[in-house]
Amino acid sequence: MAEISIRAHKLGKQYRLGSQVLAYQTLRESLPQWFQRKKNGHEGEVLWALRDVSFEIERGSVIGIIGRNGAGKSTLLKILSRVTEPSEGYAEIHGRVGALLEVGTGFHPELTGRENIYLNGAILGMHRSDIDRKLDEIIDFSEVEKFIDTPIKRYSSGMQMRLAFSVAAHLEPEILVVDEVLAVGDADFQRKCLGKMQDVSTEGRTVLFVSHNMSAILRLTQEAIVLNHGNIVKRAPTPEAVDFYLAEGFAEEGQRLWCDEEIPPSAAPFRPIAMRVQNEGRSFTESVRSTHPIVVELEYELTSPISGLRVGIYLMNSRGEYIFASFDTDDPQFFAQYATRDPGRYISRCLVPADWLNEGKYILGMNASAFRVKRYFQDEHALVFHVDGAGAPGKHWVESRVGPLRPKLDWRILKQ
Amino acid sequence: MTESTPLPVIMLKPPKGFSALNLRDLWIYRELVFFMIWRDIKVRYKQTLLGAAWAILQPVMTMIVFTIFFGNLAAVPSDGVPYPIFTYTALLPWQLFSKALQDAARSLVANRHMITKVYFPRLVLPLSSIMAGLVDFAIALVVLVGLMIYYQTPLRWSMLSLPLFLLMTLITALGVGLWFAALNVLYRDIAYVMPFLAQFWMFITPIVYPASMVPERWRMLYYLNPMTGVVEGFRWAMLGTVPTLPINMILLSVGVSLVVLVSGLFYFRFMERLFADMV
Repeated sequence: MAEISIRAHKLGKQYRLGSQVLAYQTLRESLPQWFQRKKNGHEGEVLWALRDVSFEIERGSVIGIIGRNGAGKSTLLKILSRVTEPSEGYAEIHGRVGALLEVGTGFHPELTGRENIYLNGAILGMHRSDIDRKLDEIIDFSEVEKFIDTPIKRYSSGMQMRLAFSVAAHLEPEILVVDEVLAVGDADFQRKCLGKMQDVSTEGRTVLFVSHNMSAILRLTQEAIVLNHGNIVKRAPTPEAVDFYLAEGFAEEGQRLWCDEEIPPSAAPFRPIAMRVQNEGRSFTESVRSTHPIVVELEYELTSPISGLRVGIYLMNSRGEYIFASFDTDDPQFFAQYATRDPGRYISRCLVPADWLNEGKYILGMNASAFRVKRYFQDEHALVFHVDGAGAPGKHWVESRVGPLRPKLDWRILKQ
Repeated sequence: MTESTPLPVIMLKPPKGFSALNLRDLWIYRELVFFMIWRDIKVRYKQTLLGAAWAILQPVMTMIVFTIFFGNLAAVPSDGVPYPIFTYTALLPWQLFSKALQDAARSLVANRHMITKVYFPRLVLPLSSIMAGLVDFAIALVVLVGLMIYYQTPLRWSMLSLPLFLLMTLITALGVGLWFAALNVLYRDIAYVMPFLAQFWMFITPIVYPASMVPERWRMLYYLNPMTGVVEGFRWAMLGTVPTLPINMILLSVGVSLVVLVSGLFYFRFMERLFADMV
């Protein structure tokens, strides 16, 4: 029988909204609250970020964890990596856990690359002797040898990332917990990191991997857990789980509304309201005709002005590969005109041309950010829709066409 | 698969009441304490223009000001030793204590990005911020030796007891620091309270005046302040200001600081679970 690496039993994590636990306070605010609570026993609203989560993971397996924003992925990782404690249930962890919830935790800008390797390594639980032994390997992997004795405040953000990941990649715990850290960094280095992670898993260590990047999940993991509203809704071999996640139960008839608990506090002053897909003049269509233009509408609110804001969409196929990204201020003229967006409610609308997408399932993501300043809000899998190919080019042959596009091109046949 | 050695099993459960102190984890992470101290010191000396000179300037300047105003103008008695060395000997543990206390109180909030992302015994943070002050203390101690040579203070056996009083300073700073570090996560007011508290505390500690100025009947109350015991101990050890150490009073101070430390440890441990959710 295979050894168990992690066993979770009815794990739950509760946060109290509008009360003590979510944010620090000053005495002035909390003194009156104590009196109020005594008076009416009011404890504030309770949010279960995770509830009734039970699973077992065998040693040496690589498990992906997928789910929407606010589905409880990060909370689960935080519990398993002991950053926070569960409110109910228990988990049994066999072995040391190395957690990568962020790269470069504890990095200090005034210290050199080499000094930060030691500091960061120690924070991640490495012993000094381990770091000494692996130092050359770490420096080599990071590709920043030349600057290793320079304070990292002079590094580019990419260099810092590489250094940070190199330290993390050389941890040798029995269980490795990785959150969305690969989302940054250039493509080549990302590939290198993914490769390193694959090595880790072949060495018999257990890996838990959370990502929005479905192709990374598909490539790296054999099995995946789908979380939704703090519950496990599916556990299956990865391709099946990804398929389930992208399709079942998440399509909301061509409209996606964000409720408050799905919006992280860091999004403020941006507040997403809805994303809609419209076709043939009908709103909220889950299934659209490829022969008609598709209208994608984003509704959102700004509670205070934002400079340099761009709101846009990602389009992805069902295998999690990006097809394109587009922003409402892609046009430089628009960008100048909306240099600063005033508070208020907005709709950004765009048109995906007719006779362009192939039939199949597509995922729309949303992003609101100010380039190189801040990412206000992102939801990679906001909405799923189907493209119905009736009447599409070449439909008179009953065959499926390769690729995400099925454009109607301007063909001419010339007889020479 | 290779023959596997039994792995340590960790149980993650909801905390119930006061949990054990988990000093084992602290031992496992002892190197992190060292690295955090090393970081604090390194960064400070890299960023400041005068670097190590600050460790000397601060107590020396304070000593000069106190000597002028309290020693000369107000003519505060100094137990028969020259006033500058009298107050400097007290400033030595006092500045270690007050800096350690303030750094420890800030330590959790200042390192919040670490707390929310990585597990390690949270005790590492206040502990290392207190220990980092020892370097300044060592530098300032050299100045004291210089002063003692200048004032021709005779050597005495009691000087060997200095490490004990130093330890007592650290224990007191850690105890109080743990309380305030945990409270600071709950209430950010604490950050504003700290400088005021440190100032207030300095005046109820015999730094600018001798403990002998306090009337006999208040003495017991006075020594409830552990720093009184520390400062009088320092003076007794280095200068021989009082012929015999009021040992009962010192023990009272030690007792108070131990109570503060133990209660601080438990309160900190009790609050620890909330840190990641709150900072």
